[in-house]
Amino acid sequence: MNGAEYIIQFLEKKGVDLVFGYPGGAVLALYDALGRSSIKHILTRHEQGAIHGADGYARVTGKTGVCFATSGPGATNLITGIANAYLDSAPILVITGQVGVDSIGRDSFQEADIVGITMPIVKHNYLVKSLYDLPAVLEEAWNVAQRGRPGPVLIDVPKNVFAGVADFPEAVFTPPNRKIPLKNSLEKQIERAVAALREAQKPLILAGGGVVASGAEDLLAEFRKHTKIPVVNTLMGKGAVPEELGGSLGMVGMHGKPAANLALSGCDVLLALGVRFSDRVTGNPQNFLPATCIIHVDIDPAELSKNVHTEIPVVSDVQKFLTLLLSRLKEEGFKPRYGPWLAQVDAWVKQYPLHFETGDLLKPQQIINEVAKQVTGAPVVVTDVGQHQMFVAQFFPVQGKRNFITSGGLGTMGFGLPAAMGAAFGRPGEQVVLFTGDGGFQMTVQELAVMAQYQLPVKAFIINNSCLGMVRQWQELFFKEHYAHSLFSCGPDFVKLAEAYGVKGLRLAQPAELAGTIREALQHSGPVVVDCLVDQGENVLPIIPPGGQPNEMLGRWRGEAHVSRIS
Amino acid sequence: MRHTLAVLVENRPGVLSHVAGLFARRGYNIESLVVGETEDKTVSRITLVVEGDERVIEQVSKQLNKQIEVIKVNDITNEQTVDRQMLLVKVTADQAARQEILQLMEIFRCRVVDIGRRSLIIEATGDEGKIEAVIQSLRPFGIKELVRTGKVSMVRGSK
Repeated sequence: MNGAEYIIQFLEKKGVDLVFGYPGGAVLALYDALGRSSIKHILTRHEQGAIHGADGYARVTGKTGVCFATSGPGATNLITGIANAYLDSAPILVITGQVGVDSIGRDSFQEADIVGITMPIVKHNYLVKSLYDLPAVLEEAWNVAQRGRPGPVLIDVPKNVFAGVADFPEAVFTPPNRKIPLKNSLEKQIERAVAALREAQKPLILAGGGVVASGAEDLLAEFRKHTKIPVVNTLMGKGAVPEELGGSLGMVGMHGKPAANLALSGCDVLLALGVRFSDRVTGNPQNFLPATCIIHVDIDPAELSKNVHTEIPVVSDVQKFLTLLLSRLKEEGFKPRYGPWLAQVDAWVKQYPLHFETGDLLKPQQIINEVAKQVTGAPVVVTDVGQHQMFVAQFFPVQGKRNFITSGGLGTMGFGLPAAMGAAFGRPGEQVVLFTGDGGFQMTVQELAVMAQYQLPVKAFIINNSCLGMVRQWQELFFKEHYAHSLFSCGPDFVKLAEAYGVKGLRLAQPAELAGTIREALQHSGPVVVDCLVDQGENVLPIIPPGGQPNEMLGRWRGEAHVSRIS
Repeated sequence: MRHTLAVLVENRPGVLSHVAGLFARRGYNIESLVVGETEDKTVSRITLVVEGDERVIEQVSKQLNKQIEVIKVNDITNEQTVDRQMLLVKVTADQAARQEILQLMEIFRCRVVDIGRRSLIIEATGDEGKIEAVIQSLRPFGIKELVRTGKVSMVRGSK
């Protein structure tokens, strides 16, 4: 057996049935073995499509995504996608080819030091110089990607290691017994959390991506039922708690919902579950909720006290923590008595709904609302990055588990289309709705070819404002309306572009066509691209100016014509 | 405040770049870094001197602990330790000055390891205070070249 065959056999044993990738010189042996295996390979049209595809697949399934690329440019084309997965903690195993061991360091053809390049953006990486190291490296890498806080792991394999023949030793992964000394035991921190919740008058739960990663959605629902504590969510936590009435108050942060941000700034105890207090949530972390007792639960100890002060840091998986906390609360007959606070929160919800004006031109929010209204069941909702992403976060009530896929940490334009493709492969037979922009869509548009080839049920809505909307908005608000290089003076005909790839294309240009065009798109069984021409001047509101506090929102309140600070 | 961290790592290729890279990208300042094998050939020890307040050092330790090859991180700043650095210094030493330098070096228990026509190379080991004092005492004679290692530390007693 050669090294390549061993790798493929290893992946088969781990239950991998799908790999995204792009072949090339250094991985010919790997592809030779792959082509004779049971594993399905998705040939994307760019390596970036492959890594985002594996990312989308990993996020909707909770399984590890696998991605192959060749040496040099093949590997460097993955970098954005690896960084994206790292910041959003998606488990991905990346296998790249490398020039032969004897050629390393000689600036050989298609040589790049991908281990050196990716060091800051992977959970771990390896250069396998000896054939005999393959079993142990694969076993460890597979475990590292999934264990604890998930993340991307890269294995760089030289050409001669793929080709080398050996009797491979059995490798068994033994998790390192490296207890990081905790100042306080989990039991003790649970007791402190119970005490804090007992004292609390205005408690709030902040649900983040860690709730999704640990599969704690149901448990959180039970916890809420028992404690009546209101919930807000981060962008990555969207969908962890359903957003119908009585569910999550919505997203907090820079473009969060008013009631959610007001609740955040007004709470006295914040139970933060699997969040990392990004600057898009905290503004200036030094002034973040100075009077609030923060209980911060995260599986990664390095997240605790990294950005904000934390009274009760808890190193734990969210699921384990909630199980223990709930049973402790039940044990002592905990009765919620947060009446006045709940009334206040309800008043905020009623007083400050999200607001936008309709008119002759289509508004992005109208399109999102209409899709949400018409779509049946609980689709997987995928976004690209920019204004439309925030509108979806605000307006689309996501339902079901692992059904909201977005580039949260890195903010990668071009993520949407290939991630939607990966999501469709991960959840066959389910509807996938993609919202993207005319900017981001053009960054990875080539993956329409894969959509057409497999007839993936992806409904792609391009919120087309002929500009880079978020850039334009910031130029309007913070750079005296100086629109430097953010407006597209020329763009493709997206309908024809879709058709050129063999994908159905539709155009939505008038408010009157809204319901009909969206119905036509959603009823089509295969992939569809809908070019939605929207008002270029629409801004995402409310907005907390950079460095501001959660209650310092600017927006249009109760139909005011001008933007003002919430009062 | 300055902290001394003793970090045990697996002796594998790439470990040093993983650790050094971590400091660069998280914006921590390394004052000195010494790495070498330990009594166990599969384990290396990195002795790091880092500047930062408690919050920064806590983050540094946590981030180090996340590295796959890191076995153990010990903050030995407040321990009783034996600290050593090593210094090689080439000092201008004509016939007139030579005797004076040699006497000075006697006081510091330094060794002369090379003699040229107009210069000496002196080797010194000791804690940071001693090394600084040696450098100060030699400065008036004219230092032509100076090289020093970072600090290695060991906790006293049977720990």
